[in-house]
Amino acid sequence: MSSDWPRVRLHVVTGKGGTGKTTVAASLALALASHGKNVLVCEVEGRQGLARMFDVDPLPYAETRIATGLRGPDGQRPGAVHALHIDPESALLEYLAMYYRLGRAGKALDRFGVIEFATTIAPGVRDVLLTGKVFEAVQRNSRNKGAVEYDAVVLDAPPTGRITQFLNVSDELAGLAKVGPIKSQADTMMTLFRSPRTAVHLVTVLEEMPVQETADGIEELRAAGLPVGGVVVNLVRPRDLPDEALAQAAAGRLDKEAVRADLDAVGVATTKTLVDGLAAEARDHAERRALEESQRALVDGLGVPTYELERLAGGVDLGGLYDLAATLRDQGLA
Amino acid sequence: MSPASPRQGRVGPLAAHPGESPRLDADALIDDPRTRIIVCCGSGGVGKTTTSAALALRAAERGRRVVVLTIDPARRLAQAMGIEELDNTPRPVAGVDDAAGGRLDAMMLDMKSTFDEVVLSQATPEKARAILENPFYVVLSTSFAGTQEYMAMEKLGQIHADAQERGTYDLIVVDTPPSRSALDFLDAPERLSSFLDGRFIRLMLAPAKAPARLMTAGLGLVTGALTKVLGAQVLTDLQTFVAALDTVFGGFRARAQRTYALLQAPGTAFVVVAAPEPDALREAAYFVERLNGDQMPLAGLVVNRASPEPRGRLSAEEATAAAERIGARTDAGPTGELTAGLLRLHADRMRSLAREAQLRARFTAAHPQVPTAVVPALASDVHDLRGLRRVGELLARG
Repeated sequence: MSSDWPRVRLHVVTGKGGTGKTTVAASLALALASHGKNVLVCEVEGRQGLARMFDVDPLPYAETRIATGLRGPDGQRPGAVHALHIDPESALLEYLAMYYRLGRAGKALDRFGVIEFATTIAPGVRDVLLTGKVFEAVQRNSRNKGAVEYDAVVLDAPPTGRITQFLNVSDELAGLAKVGPIKSQADTMMTLFRSPRTAVHLVTVLEEMPVQETADGIEELRAAGLPVGGVVVNLVRPRDLPDEALAQAAAGRLDKEAVRADLDAVGVATTKTLVDGLAAEARDHAERRALEESQRALVDGLGVPTYELERLAGGVDLGGLYDLAATLRDQGLA
Repeated sequence: MSPASPRQGRVGPLAAHPGESPRLDADALIDDPRTRIIVCCGSGGVGKTTTSAALALRAAERGRRVVVLTIDPARRLAQAMGIEELDNTPRPVAGVDDAAGGRLDAMMLDMKSTFDEVVLSQATPEKARAILENPFYVVLSTSFAGTQEYMAMEKLGQIHADAQERGTYDLIVVDTPPSRSALDFLDAPERLSSFLDGRFIRLMLAPAKAPARLMTAGLGLVTGALTKVLGAQVLTDLQTFVAALDTVFGGFRARAQRTYALLQAPGTAFVVVAAPEPDALREAAYFVERLNGDQMPLAGLVVNRASPEPRGRLSAEEATAAAERIGARTDAGPTGELTAGLLRLHADRMRSLAREAQLRARFTAAHPQVPTAVVPALASDVHDLRGLRRVGELLARG
């Protein structure tokens, strides 16, 4: 299946805390890196979640090759996934060195605590620095000698509640600088973020608060003119029970005798506790599934493409990431 | 020292059982009149808000006069508790059983108005206005990393002082902000004061105080660079802001230190909340270390949303194998699909349980002294007092 987002160069992945934002960003990067493509995945929150996910040493402020992409169904050679941990201090020093050739003054800035100041309190500056580095990686072309060019960049972005503010850098800066080099830099970045070359994907789980936040997030992104991508529904419970059985389980009307007979027939030593226990588990599951269904209806009503990832009972390890990547590609996110 | 402090040690069969942590006795904690403050902390998305609200409700219904300070409750839970209005004042929660003589008030933290209140209380009206209108203040009060944590501490300090003075509450339960890291909460006051004490702020203040003396080569270089990047207007704004804020600095620092001391005092109990996930438990472990290092009283760990223990004994492998055998049978009855489904569900649950048990065992191996309560996941979301009561019961059962 081909990608729903063939023109997108910058995939921004956001989501409420605990929904698996980093997992989705990492597997999306693997999925995009099939067919010999080079992909960069960036993190900006200082958590080193990517390093843990890929089981490598903490990432430095330098693009590091961390994995081979997902092999395509046609057996084509996969590309490489590189990762970059962006911290505002390093980004600012690099920025100053690159655009202003500040040299000695750059060091003085650090000594006077200006770097710390600029990256913590100055309105919007922190975000401009973080997104600025991402922008540079996306815009890179053959003129940048020695630097790797990427076919796609995935950003493991701040959570849904902050994403619009994070990407809307020129508005954020407006309180600070109405003119000047930083402002025009931010405006250039905005043209990329607002273009069809960017997509902001939102990760959610089928629970009330995350779905509500996703809906609010989409509204805010649209209001700010930022391109909404897809919604990735993560940690979906497996659908082991047929619908009819679900209804029976929820109502406590499962045919326990028949279940017991089935179990006996395949040599499971059945007890009343075991059969009752299975029925109780089914009831819990049915209740959760009903809740998920009502939330799924809300997600479907959001009017954006949706993708689903199953809950892996054993947790996500590196192998699991490739499985998730394959699911995302099959569904067309990559 | 708080009643459930690990340093008190534990005796009995649990203490002798290697690989198993002592049980966190939530009822003993909330019933002890010496417990005055309970702080629920942990990384984002682990159910801190629900845990703190459930603890507060349970304490109130067992006779304490409680106020719970929440940060970001689910909309329906906030409605159920009557705190969807952001007015920064505790309000009584309706529907609480007061038979035991307790009561419950709740409030949702509004970080900006808490900050505004601090400024207004510390500065003259004109100075306060100058600060409140400055663009740098707007950022500091809404999005400076750590402001929310700092303001939660500030509000805690206010409520505590008020409770001492007027005897309004005998237990304060605090939910902490959904920080990137659980440690942000403890570091916030330090970060804010070190920022306000920072070189840069002093540098900005300097020209107003002694322009000629401080116009050294280094400073010239810095202001030159700043003007080049940001423009001259920004520097002027900044200097005005810093000069205006200067008068309230002292107040800020003293208050932050007082609240920090309050957290170390006997009567405070930290409850670390985690989910049975590697990241959440790692954060919890950092937090436990940190509390120990800072001599802050740790009551214990709550592991939320654990997979419930199944009743029947059937391993994941047996269940999977049996499901496959049913699938392979040609003469399987009409319920074959159902039975196989039940077995697969059970196998999944057993696998999750095994994984969670392993994660908890790892935590316990490193922190054997931390009392732990495991709260099984509920089948539905918690959004009313009934749900909170249920969580409270499960929490007390440990």
